[in-house]
This record gives sequence, structure tokens and C-alpha cells, in this order.
Amino acid sequence: MKDTADSYVTADGRTIGPVVMEMKNITLRFGGVEAIKDISFDIRQGEIRAIIGPNGAGKSSMLNVISGFYIPQEGEVWYKGSRRPPMKPFQVAQQGIARTFQNIALFEGMSVLDNVMTGRLTHMKTGLLAQSFWKGAAEREEVENREVAEKIIDFLEIQAIRKTPVARLPYGLKKRVELARALAAEPSILLLDEPMAGMNVEEKEDMSRFILDVNDEFGTTIALIEHDMGVVMDLSDRVVVMDYGKKIGDGTPSEVRNNQAVIDAYLGVAHD
Amino acid sequence: MATPLVRADGPQSVPALLHRNATQFANAPAYREKEYGIWQSWTWAQTRDEVEALALGLMEMGINEGDFVSVIGRNRPYLYWAMMAAEMCGAVPVPLYQDANAEEMAYVMNHCGARFAIVGDQEQVDKILDVQDQLPEFQQMIYLDPRGLRKYDHAAMKQYSNVQELGRQFRDKHIKELEARQAKLDYDSTGVMLYTSGTTGKPKGVVLSNRNIIETAKSSSEFDNLRQSDDILAYLPMAWVGDFIFSVGQAMWTGFCTNCPESADTMHVDLREIGPTYYFAPPRVFETQLTSVMIRMEDASRMKKWLFDTFMAHARKVGPAILDGKPVSQWDRFKYKLGEAFVYGPLKNTLGFSRVRVGYTAGEAIGPEIFDFYRSLGINLKQLYGQTEATVFITAQPDGEVRSDTVGVTCPGVELKIAENGEVFYRSPGVFVEYYKNPESTRDTKDAEGWVATGDAGFIEEGTGHLRIIDRAKDVGKMADGSLFAPKYVENKLKFFPNILEAVVFGNEKDECTAFINIDLTAVGNWAERNNIGYASYQELARHPQVMDTIQSHVEAVNASVAEDEMLSGCQVHRFVVLHKELDADDGELTRTRKVRRRIIEEKYDDIITALYDGSKSVSTETEVTYEDGRKGSIKATLEVRDAAVQAVTPTKLAAE
Repeated sequence: MKDTADSYVTADGRTIGPVVMEMKNITLRFGGVEAIKDISFDIRQGEIRAIIGPNGAGKSSMLNVISGFYIPQEGEVWYKGSRRPPMKPFQVAQQGIARTFQNIALFEGMSVLDNVMTGRLTHMKTGLLAQSFWKGAAEREEVENREVAEKIIDFLEIQAIRKTPVARLPYGLKKRVELARALAAEPSILLLDEPMAGMNVEEKEDMSRFILDVNDEFGTTIALIEHDMGVVMDLSDRVVVMDYGKKIGDGTPSEVRNNQAVIDAYLGVAHD
Repeated sequence: MATPLVRADGPQSVPALLHRNATQFANAPAYREKEYGIWQSWTWAQTRDEVEALALGLMEMGINEGDFVSVIGRNRPYLYWAMMAAEMCGAVPVPLYQDANAEEMAYVMNHCGARFAIVGDQEQVDKILDVQDQLPEFQQMIYLDPRGLRKYDHAAMKQYSNVQELGRQFRDKHIKELEARQAKLDYDSTGVMLYTSGTTGKPKGVVLSNRNIIETAKSSSEFDNLRQSDDILAYLPMAWVGDFIFSVGQAMWTGFCTNCPESADTMHVDLREIGPTYYFAPPRVFETQLTSVMIRMEDASRMKKWLFDTFMAHARKVGPAILDGKPVSQWDRFKYKLGEAFVYGPLKNTLGFSRVRVGYTAGEAIGPEIFDFYRSLGINLKQLYGQTEATVFITAQPDGEVRSDTVGVTCPGVELKIAENGEVFYRSPGVFVEYYKNPESTRDTKDAEGWVATGDAGFIEEGTGHLRIIDRAKDVGKMADGSLFAPKYVENKLKFFPNILEAVVFGNEKDECTAFINIDLTAVGNWAERNNIGYASYQELARHPQVMDTIQSHVEAVNASVAEDEMLSGCQVHRFVVLHKELDADDGELTRTRKVRRRIIEEKYDDIITALYDGSKSVSTETEVTYEDGRKGSIKATLEVRDAAVQAVTPTKLAAE
């Protein structure tokens, strides 16, 4: 593994920055059940980092630890060079970490645009009173934030459904709207919990392209959980493999693919 | 500054018109585009500056007079400007279909030897990069949307805004030369080169001069009283002559505003927001809109449905007459006004047609029911007949003389004649200069006196002087018994049914006619949903027995209507199959403008055609399909061959001949 402070260039010419987030010996228990057992790994600036593993391996728990939803009993989360104290999810969001959910969690009755605008919440400073009169600073702020939201709508090609209530959208588009809302927060780290679950091949291809484009265009660091091995191997720069709460592999896709422990536990029997 | 560009005999080129508009209508909107949810607009003066900056940038990049510049992408102001900038530099713009695949693009760009390409986005850049090896003359690409292109090798690639920046920076160095080049442009210099979609063989490059463009734009604008305050929505392919004439020719001549939608998917929303006053759409668009209105009315509450049905029945009765200014009783007028308030007005608003003064449809025949529906709402929808070689306009319907079965009277300046075999010939100021690098085809199409063969068979109606088109002249054939075979005539009748998307009729030199049918997935799918019929794929729905029954009843209805026409009664469809896949331009079965390519279909589905004639009850077939990304796969299916009832043909006429 490269030194934690250095940037390096991957075989296919992508520049990966220094470590931005480090998980040190994380253990998470629910009563007597250990969901995560003593796991350490890091996330580097600008990379696409995948977390894979069979069902119940603890992947979503791991993501919830990163997003501050769960507070681990043991271990430390280091973010941008300093140890992160236990904090609430909204504080984590304010630090520039945004996420999407495995089971879509949008405001179903609101339009796509309004949903995306909620992603801007952490960037709004004017108070309730100013916003209800919508004069001066509040108006300016809304215009600025709307512009950001519109650029993301353009980027994810969902202009046609801008005003459509989310409840009326098909599943694949809801996933995209959720990504839009997460992007609207202009996060430095984007957490995606199974962004392609339940999609058909075409939708998966579209989503993969959007993920790569987001990473490429905004330089957003992405950590994602995904079941589709093809997608993981194509998209990610490095992969963490979990099984029964333990880390059993960590490295580039090809390293992981050839790791005997991973093959045994997860990928099944090795071909040739 | 404009002194060298003004000529005593009026503007003689597209750039000259741009300069005129920039002075005359300086602050009027010239272009609008919805971006980031807001309509951005540019005045004529701003447009001139933008175009000029790009032209200067192109000069800095070394563009020569006579170079060809490919323009590829969806309708955006920037790409229209690209065409004008190219012409300013004395180069020739060649717009290409944005959904063309890499090989099709390679053919066209190689044929004209394009040195520059101005493209919309990464998709187009990738396509050109794919075929760059086959393009020896190609040098530089200019792209509009930088998304995804940051890491590309920029040795032969520049961003549009950077080229404009370059132009502004080196303005002093090139402005004299640019003005000199524009001053050289006149009526005889080439304004644009458009490739025909090519129902047969390779596309041909149609060279249109400034005379063609400006004369046509002028006379057609006068014909319909187009005004500077008009608005159009530019959403049809830029490579198509119609879009060029509406969005560049007429827009330049009258100075009206061209509005570009945000994306292809938002077209209907944008249409509603803009409310164009002058609108053009191929019949397919009107058909789709009508189908969606009807489907939504099916789901409406009973009160609304009743209101809609009652007032639409009234509209059908008196609407067209009111539109044409014919006498209608006071009571009917009052009822129509009531309908306007309750139904027609809101409906037109939903469709985006509230402000339409002149609407045109062309390219294919439009179903009389569809045509009447729009006219009865008070939308002045008319038909025109034209082609690329004529710079669009050959005939058009004047206000007050609109019918669904003719294509109108000759446009100002156009002469018509019908050859002995029924083929329509015309001569006009819009007649194209030549097919590029193809003198042989030019000679075949245009004779020494300037008469051009349309390739369509038709006749001029006695009394009214209206032209009626029967079919493509080369598709018109003879049945084995010598009666006339006009496949398109029958296909159009079939396609007027909402359930039928496409039809191909065979029967040349055979005893009887047979047909391939494509169902319309929207209409038939909705019907299936309504009747609780489950289906997993197009293929499955297409061979559902009830769908087959419905199609059979449509075919039989068409047979009954065909039988009424003495000349064409032999064209009744005896047997048909519902195809297992949609005919597709990606598979070469349709042109990019969605016209049927008969020869290709005949070869490809030879086995099915054989089954249609040898009496078999079903046929198993395997068809290769091309996916949008170029991969190939195949579909296997067993198709049922159905017999359709035909009307007895009165043999008297044939015997008398």
C-alpha cells in the first residue's frame, strides 16, 4: 500500500489523492451481535472506494458509521487529518459527507426540484423568518441555491421530470433523484448505498456513467456498496471486502479478485 | 463597420441577413434556449457578436474558403451560430443527423472532406474519434458541452467557448479578412449542404445556394404572413432541410425568434411554455399527441369525458368551417365559443398550441381524423409538399383551402408538370445547385431546363389545382393482372389506425397484396393494460390473439375503403403478419427520417414474405437486431400468418381498359 500522505497515479491514469478518511479498528455491536469487528481501512481523495460482501456482512452498518448514524463502541473515525468526535448525522453532513439510501428515502409528495433543493439545506444560512418574507438575503440565497440544484438536474439529465412529484417516478429515476439530492450538498465524500440495486442492465449502465462522471467532473470522493461484481470491478479504484463483520480483503479490484480468502468466502470457486 | 457588407440589391447571403437583423432588430430576441430551468435569450445584436467571435476563432484556427464544416448535435443556438459562422468564413456548413452512427457520419464527412466538425457533446466526439482514421482531411473538432471530455487528448479538439475567446482575442488580426470574405458571398455562393436521408443507396449531398435559401424563405414567409414577432420551436433534426429553412432561412429573413428546447425529453413542456405562433411537425408528432390526449381522456372522470366528447363532436361539425371563414349559424357559433372556454382552449394550452397561427405538417400523409381533430380545435394546420432538392417548398395549402387528401397548390415561383408515367416534376428558384461530387445523379434528377423529378407519382386535381400525391413513383407497380399497385397508399390507410405504427405492403407483380404490420406499443400497450392482458415484451404483445384480431379488423376496414377506389382496388391486403420487432433505423430498415426502405426489408425478411404467399399458417424466423450502442443480437419468433377478408372487385373497369 502506498504511503497515506502521497498522491499516486493508477494504471489507467487516474490520480488518487492522499487519505481523507480513515477508519481505525471500528467495532459496532447491537446488543450481543457484533455487526462490525475491528475493521480498519481508509478512503483517499478522489477515489471510488467500494465496500462489498455477502448479505449481512455489515456493509450498510459500515456506511452508517461513516455517515454518523451509528456510533461505534470501539475505534476511531479520522476525517481530514483529525479525529472525529461522535456526532449527529446532520453535523456529519455539514462536514461535507452526503449519502443515498438502499431503500430510497425521498420526500414522495414533493417535486424532484424541491427534493434536490433539500440537499442544499446545509448551505442555507438565512433563518425561518427571513425565508418566510423572502426578501433580500433570503431571496438571493434561494436563487443561488436553485442555480446549483439546476446544474445538478442538468448533469443527471432529469430536466424532463423537474416538476414531477417523486411518488410518480419509476424506481430507476428515483435512484437518480436521490443521487441528485446528495450531490446538491456539494459533498467532499459521497456515500452510495447500493445505487444499482434492482436496476436493469441499461439503468445500471446509466448509473455507472453518472457515478464516473460525478467523480470525474466534481472530483467527488465516492464510497459505495454494491452487489453487482461487474459494476464494482469496473468502477472502483479500491475495494474493501467484508464477511461476517470482518474485513477479509482490501486492495485494487484485481488484487481482491485474486485474494484466496475473498474467493473462498464470497466469490465462490476460482475459475481457471 | 457594416459598410462593406451592405449591398444595394439587398442581403444576398445568410451572414448579410444576420448583419441586417443585428441593425434593424438589434434588441429583439433572436434565440432562446432553456438551460438550467430558465429561458436564456440572445438578441439579434448579441447573436451577431457571438457568431462573429466564433467565425474569427475559426479564422485563427485556419479555416479556408470552401472548407466543409460538419455540425452535429441537438438543436441549440450555438450550433445554428456555428453554421452561420462557417458561412461567414466562406466555408460550407454540413449539418449531420445527431443519431447517425459512426459509419454513417464517416461516409458523409469523407464524402465532403470536412476539415472541421462542430459538435454538441461527448457522444458526438466519441463517434468522430472512432472513425477519425478514415477521414484523411479531418483536422479539428470543436465541442460545446465539456462534460466528460476533460481528460481527452486536446491536440485536435477545442471547446466552443475557447474558440470564441480566441476569436475575440485575435479580432484585429482577422476582422478585415472576415469582412472581405463575407463581401464576396452572393446569391450564387453555397449556403449550406444537406445530405438526403437516402431511401435507396448512399446519402447524396444537396448543395443549396444563398439564392435557394433566401428566395424560398422570402416567398414562403410572404405566403403565410410570417412576422418578426413570431416564435418557433426548433426541435426537428438540424440536418433536415425543413429545420434549416424554418430555423435559419425564414428566421433570418423575417427576424423571428428561434426557441430551442432544454432536451429532447422536455420538448412538450417547452412547447407549452413558449407557445409558438408558427409550428411545424411531421404527422407522427401530431399522431402521438392525439394518442396521448385520447388515452388520458379514457382515464378522466365521467363528467369530463362527457364534456370532452360532446364538445369535440360539435367541434368536428363546425370547427373547420369556422376556421375557413365559411357561414355557420349563430347558435353553432355560440356553442363553439362555449366549447372554446371549456374544452378547446384548455386543451390547446396543454398541447402548446394556444398561439399557433400557422401550423404545417409534411413528410408523410396525415390521417384525415388526426388532421380534422386539430383543425376542429381551431388550429390552422396545413399540409405542404416539398423536398430537400427544392429547398422544401413545392406546394402548400393556402388558408381557407385546406384538405387532408391534397398537398396544396404550387408555392409562389414554382412551376409543376406531371410526366406521362405520373411522376411529378417542378421548377423553382429553390431548385438545388447540384449533388456534391455526383454529376451523374444531378443529371438524372435535374434536366437542362431546370425541371426536377420528385420521384413521386401524383396528379393535379381538376378544378381546384391542388396536387395529390399517390406514392413514390418507383414504388408504384403493376399487379400480375395489370392493375395499379401503390403500396404507400394502402400503408397510409393502415397507419391511420392508432394501433398500427408502421406497415409495409407487398404485391408488385403478384396476384394479391400482403402486408407486414408493426403495432404501436403505446396504444396497444394501453389497451392491454385496460383489459388486464399481461405481456412481457413487444414480441409477446404483438402475437397476442386479441391483438391479431384487432389488427385483422383494421386491415379489413382498409380493404373496404381501398375497394371503393376504382384505380387501386387491386391493392387489398389478402394476408398479413404482425412483425415481432419494430422496424428500426439502426437496423437499416427505415431511414433516419423514418421512411420505409423496401428493398432492404424485402431481402431481410425474405422468409416471411415467402410464407405470406405460399399459404402457410405460420412462419419461424430469426432476425438480427442492432442495439443503440452498436452491439448486435438476434430475435427468434414464430409468426402467425392471418388471412383478411377482401371486398369483391368489380371487374368491369379492368375489362374496359
